[in-house]
Amino acid sequence: MNALVADRFVADFERVKALLPGAYVPWLQLAREEAFTAFLDKGFPTLRDEDWKYTSVAPIEKSRFVLTPAAAKSCNDLGGVGTQALPGARLLVFIDGRHAPELSRLGALPAGVTVDSLAAMLEREPERLQAALACPAAGYASGFAALNAAFVSDGAYVHLAAGAELEEPLQLLFLATAANLATHSRNVVVAGAGSRVRIVEQHASLNAGAYFSNVVTDIEAGRGAAVEHHKLQQEGPQAFHIAAVNAALGGDASFASSSFAFGGALARTAINVGLNGAKAQCSLDGLTMTDGRQHVDHHTRIDHAQPQCSSREFYKGVLDGASRTVFNGKVIVRAGAQQSDALQTNRNLLLSDQAEADTKPQLEIWADDVKCGHGATVGQLDPDQIFYLRARGVDAAAARALLVFAFANEVVERIRWLPLRARLERLLRARLPHGAGALQ
Amino acid sequence: MLEIINLHASIDDQPILRGIDLAVNAGEVHAVMGPNGSGKSTLAQVLAGRDSYTVTAGEVRYCGRNLLELSPEERAREGIFLAFQYPVEIPGVANIYLLKAAINARRKHRGEAELDAMDFLALVKDKLKFMGMDEALLYRHVNQGFSGGEKKRNEILQMALLEPRLAILDETDSGLDIDALKVVAAGVEAMRSPARAIILVTHYQRLLDYVVPDRVHVLSQGRIVRSGGPELALELERRGYGWIDAGEAERVGAAP
Repeated sequence: MNALVADRFVADFERVKALLPGAYVPWLQLAREEAFTAFLDKGFPTLRDEDWKYTSVAPIEKSRFVLTPAAAKSCNDLGGVGTQALPGARLLVFIDGRHAPELSRLGALPAGVTVDSLAAMLEREPERLQAALACPAAGYASGFAALNAAFVSDGAYVHLAAGAELEEPLQLLFLATAANLATHSRNVVVAGAGSRVRIVEQHASLNAGAYFSNVVTDIEAGRGAAVEHHKLQQEGPQAFHIAAVNAALGGDASFASSSFAFGGALARTAINVGLNGAKAQCSLDGLTMTDGRQHVDHHTRIDHAQPQCSSREFYKGVLDGASRTVFNGKVIVRAGAQQSDALQTNRNLLLSDQAEADTKPQLEIWADDVKCGHGATVGQLDPDQIFYLRARGVDAAAARALLVFAFANEVVERIRWLPLRARLERLLRARLPHGAGALQ
Repeated sequence: MLEIINLHASIDDQPILRGIDLAVNAGEVHAVMGPNGSGKSTLAQVLAGRDSYTVTAGEVRYCGRNLLELSPEERAREGIFLAFQYPVEIPGVANIYLLKAAINARRKHRGEAELDAMDFLALVKDKLKFMGMDEALLYRHVNQGFSGGEKKRNEILQMALLEPRLAILDETDSGLDIDALKVVAAGVEAMRSPARAIILVTHYQRLLDYVVPDRVHVLSQGRIVRSGGPELALELERRGYGWIDAGEAERVGAAP
């Protein structure tokens, strides 16, 4: 990292570290210092890093973002929340990275379930976060992860005791309203043995201009727990969004993830799953829709550490304009992780000659009794399909829109919670080329 | 209804149709036969507006209009229906959705009110029954995972729903077992009407046992080389296409 940039971050850190939540908690102070040192050491990733070779983050490094203000601004009358709230969900709202209690709507929580903002938990019971916020044994995955740990200001804390169940989905809504802000949010989800929870993590913007959202979501699913995590990335057109979802699964646990990436000038979501107990299973679905000069990435890493685990990945991309996407899917099967079953699919649809999709499956297999498969395609709309529809009276623009919808909707259809599926269908239609008048 | 005059068409600069003349009137059923590569399917696709073919000469009049000026969707809305030789699979699009979009595109074009879901379902169920098709096929993705017979029936179902003025069936009989052939033939026969013209493009005479054409045309090397009544199809069945090609070669060879 260039010395001027480093100096700027040092000055920022010195200035805000006493103002960040939990500043007086000694172990957290220490963790922040360690994380900041790690950030200075690692710096921002460059094209020389294998995991970042298609993605330049120079625009983020060069921008001078201001850190999140210490408290959420008053925003009782914010129009965006009502339209974003999913029917039937419990809602936790963050405005510019800070919890906005007056906009949240959690309701009474059942026994064994704790949901609150990270900042509030650090006030009340900081020790419950010690394991989650301490420096990870393996170090930070990237400079962004270290930066997040050093500056983390807020996020959601979700805890389910063994056997607890949150029937209504929990919607974590992150709204950006101010330009030039950098927010470092952390969500911590701990699902005890046999518990069940469904979380929607949504990032959207209210005309916020250019800003930087750096978010980490850590999920721990105990033995037999069932966790769903659905991420909707609808950041503003000039926004930078760097996100990681890290899920660690115990035996027999299941993790269903979906990641819908529609917004941002430069956006990346990394999803890392550790299948750390026998017979754990995960399904990772994703859909990227890009246009203009957007650059949007998905990096997945599934670690089959124990036997008889299964993983499924189904990622699709629709690219228009001069946009660019990367899908990098790594599957590791450890020695001894026998009878692992892994299948990865990535399909991309290019709607323009200038769009570019890079797809990179990586399988690393150290066990011999395994079933692993992968397939990747990059293609265009099929002229035979377009002609077939036109020969039935559907006009050319509507035929194209219908085919794009059908392609993308294959991912949306896999969502089991209907209000979320309906929302996604609507978002999808709104993004179709030439509108989609013919699609009612 | 349809008048084709000296039609030439090519694909990738390779001439396929080399001067087709054909007139089809309302109420008539015409069979267009010929060996593989004679241009039968090209003729069907050109009439439906497939843009991978280039019309290099000639004209096509349809109900008094220049057909070649119309886009494929305009042709469909004006009452032309092509039953595809290889019906296209469209993953992600429910069959019922396509049927409804097709019907409503046509109705809208005619200034009629679009059918609502109830009316549409009543109409489609009636036709399904006639075609001996399972209702479940409505909710499956268009032609995806359909057997060969189901795909062809699905084409005839669409034709029955759309009630075209000019139906062109491109080798709808190929790949069908005898029972499926009978169902498809009955579907076509039921479409016969004084207001409608039907063109059956076929390699074999088999379908014509069930749908007896008014006229039979034999295509060879992009031209119609013989035209006659239903007896011409029987003659082809008996003698094969060899004599047509040989005759054509003689005729071409003898030309100055």
